[in-house]
Amino acid sequence: MTTLILFNIFNGLIVGAFYALMALGLSLILNLSGVINFAHGGFLALGGYFAYELMRHGFDYWSALLIAPTLVAVLGLVVERLLIRRIYGRDPLYGLLLTFGLAFVLQDATRYFWTAQSVPYQIPGVLASPLSTQFFFLTGYRLFMIAIVAIAVIGLFLILNRTRLGMRIRAGTLDLDTVSALGVNVRLLRNVNFALGIFLAGLAGVLAAGMLGLQPTIGDSLIMPSFVAIIVGGLGSLPGTLLGGLLIGVASGITTVVFPSATEAVMYVMMGLVLLLRPRGLLGEEGRLQ
Amino acid sequence: MTGTSMSSERNKQVWNVIVWLLLLTMPYWMPLTGGYTALASRVVVLALAAMALNFLLGFTGILSFGHAAYFGLGAYGVGMTIKYLVPSTGLGIIVGILIGTLAAALIGALIVKLRGVYFAMVTIAFGQVFYFIAFRWNSVTGGDDGLSGWRRVPLDLGFTQIDILGNDKAFYYLVLFCFALSCAAMAFILKSPFGRTLLAIRENERRARFLGIPVERHIWISFVISCFFVSLAGALYALLNNFTDPRALRWDQSGNFVIMAVLGGMRSFWGPLIGAIIFVVLQDYVSTQTEYWMSIIGIFFMAVVLFFPRGVLGMLKRKRAA
Repeated sequence: MTTLILFNIFNGLIVGAFYALMALGLSLILNLSGVINFAHGGFLALGGYFAYELMRHGFDYWSALLIAPTLVAVLGLVVERLLIRRIYGRDPLYGLLLTFGLAFVLQDATRYFWTAQSVPYQIPGVLASPLSTQFFFLTGYRLFMIAIVAIAVIGLFLILNRTRLGMRIRAGTLDLDTVSALGVNVRLLRNVNFALGIFLAGLAGVLAAGMLGLQPTIGDSLIMPSFVAIIVGGLGSLPGTLLGGLLIGVASGITTVVFPSATEAVMYVMMGLVLLLRPRGLLGEEGRLQ
Repeated sequence: MTGTSMSSERNKQVWNVIVWLLLLTMPYWMPLTGGYTALASRVVVLALAAMALNFLLGFTGILSFGHAAYFGLGAYGVGMTIKYLVPSTGLGIIVGILIGTLAAALIGALIVKLRGVYFAMVTIAFGQVFYFIAFRWNSVTGGDDGLSGWRRVPLDLGFTQIDILGNDKAFYYLVLFCFALSCAAMAFILKSPFGRTLLAIRENERRARFLGIPVERHIWISFVISCFFVSLAGALYALLNNFTDPRALRWDQSGNFVIMAVLGGMRSFWGPLIGAIIFVVLQDYVSTQTEYWMSIIGIFFMAVVLFFPRGVLGMLKRKRAA
C-alpha cells in the first residue's frame, strides 16, 4: 500500500513537472504580452515530433533533447513575428481566437506529416530500466525527466534573475511603457520572450513523448492543467506557477489511489477553493486581477 | 428626434422584418442552396448560443471562453431526463436549463471579481470540469461514446400533438419559436434600465462603480442570464441530434461560439446570427470536402481576427458612418 501511494505521489510529481514546464512558458508569454497561448499544446507536440525526426536521421537522443526544442523556439520566433505581434494591445479576445485557430492548424499539420497514429519513440536503454526492484516505478527515465525539468526551471530563473534579458523581461512585466521609454526594443523583447516560452513547451514535448507516447493530440491533456496551474499559483508569479503545477500534479496522483475517477476533477476543485479563499492565487500579487 | 436617427430607427425595423422573414422560410430556401432542414435547425440553435454569449461579451463587455460547459449541461440535462426520468421533451428542456443555469450561478459567483484575460482563462478551466464528469461518469453519461439510446418525444399540447420527431420542419419551427422567445427576452432586458446599466459597465466600469452601481452583482446576473439561454440552446442541440457527447462541452465548442459572435459583429444584436450562419455552413461544407477541415477552420479563425475584427455588421456600420 505504501509503495502504491509513493508510486502515485511520484507519478503525480512527474506529471506536475510537465504541467509546470508548460505553464511556465504560458505564464512568461501571458505576463509580458497579455496573450493566452492556446497553441502551446501544438508546439509541445512539435517538440516531440522534431526529436523523433532528428533521431530517425542519425542524431542521438541527447542532442535531439537540445536541438528539437531549439527548432521549435525558432518556429516560435517566426510565428510571433508574423501572427502574434499583430494582436498586442488589443482586446484579449483576439489573442485567444488567434492562438485557438493556430492550435487547430498545428494539430492538423502534425497529423498531416506524421499521421494520427502514435509513432514509435525510442528512449535510450540506459534510462528505460528500473533502478530498484522494490520501488519498480523509479525507472531511470522518470528520475531523468525530473532532473531535466529541474535543470530547465533553474536555468529559466537564472536567466530571469541574473541576465540583462531576464531583467528586461521582468521589468516589462511590471511596466512595459517605461521599459520602452528607457530605450529597450520592446518588440524584440517580446519576440525573444515568446520563443523562450515556446522552447519550454518544446522541451516538455520531447520529454512527454517518452512517457505518454507521441501523437498529434499529446498536448491536449496538458494544456488545461497548465491553465489551472497558473490560476492556482497566482497570475504574474512564475514561482507560483511552478508551485501550482507541482501541487495539482501531486494532488491528482494521490486522488488516483483514493478515488480514480476524480483524477482530473480534483485540480478543478483546488482551483475553485483557491478562487474562493484567495482569488489572486497562492503566490499572486495583489492588484493583478484587473 | 433628428431625421437621421428616425431613418436609422426605420432601417432597423426593416432589417428586423427581413431577418424574421428569412428565418421563417429557411426550411424552404435552404435546400435550394444545397442545405437541408436539420442544417437550418443547427444554424438557429447555434445562433441562439452565440447570441446568448454575446449578451455577456458584446453588451456587458465580459469575455467567457467557457460557455460550452453550460451548453453541454443543457444537452445532457435534456438527454438524461428523457432517457432516465420522463419521456417528455418539454420537461427535459426545463431540466436542462435548470442544471445549466444553476451551475452558472455557482461558478459565476466564484469568478465575478476577475476581469479580462484572467476571467477568460478561469472560465475555460472551469468548463473542463463538466467535460471530465461527462467523460468519466461512464455508467450514466455514456462516457466518450456519448449519451445515446433516447429520442426527442412528440410534443403533447393537450388538444393536439406536434410530431417534432418524425417531421424535420415541425422541429425547426419549435427551435425557431424558442429562438424568437429568447431574442425577445434578451432584447427586452437590454432595453430595460438593467440592460442600460450593463452597457454602462461595458463602457466604463470605474465610472459605473462611482455612480454606486453594484458592478459585481450586475455582471453575475448578466452571466447567469447568458448561461440560461446557452443552456436552452444546448438542450435544443441535443434534441436536434437525439444524442450528445462530451465534445458538446469542450473548450473548442466555446471557441466556436465566440468566433460566431465576433464574425457577425459583437456590438450588434443580430451579429451572432450572421456569424452562426456563415460559420455553420462553412464548417458543414469543409468537413465534407477534406479530412483536414480543422486547419481550414483554424485559418478562418486567424483570418477573422487579423482582417475582420469588427465582424460583418461592424464593418457595414463603419462604412455607413464614413
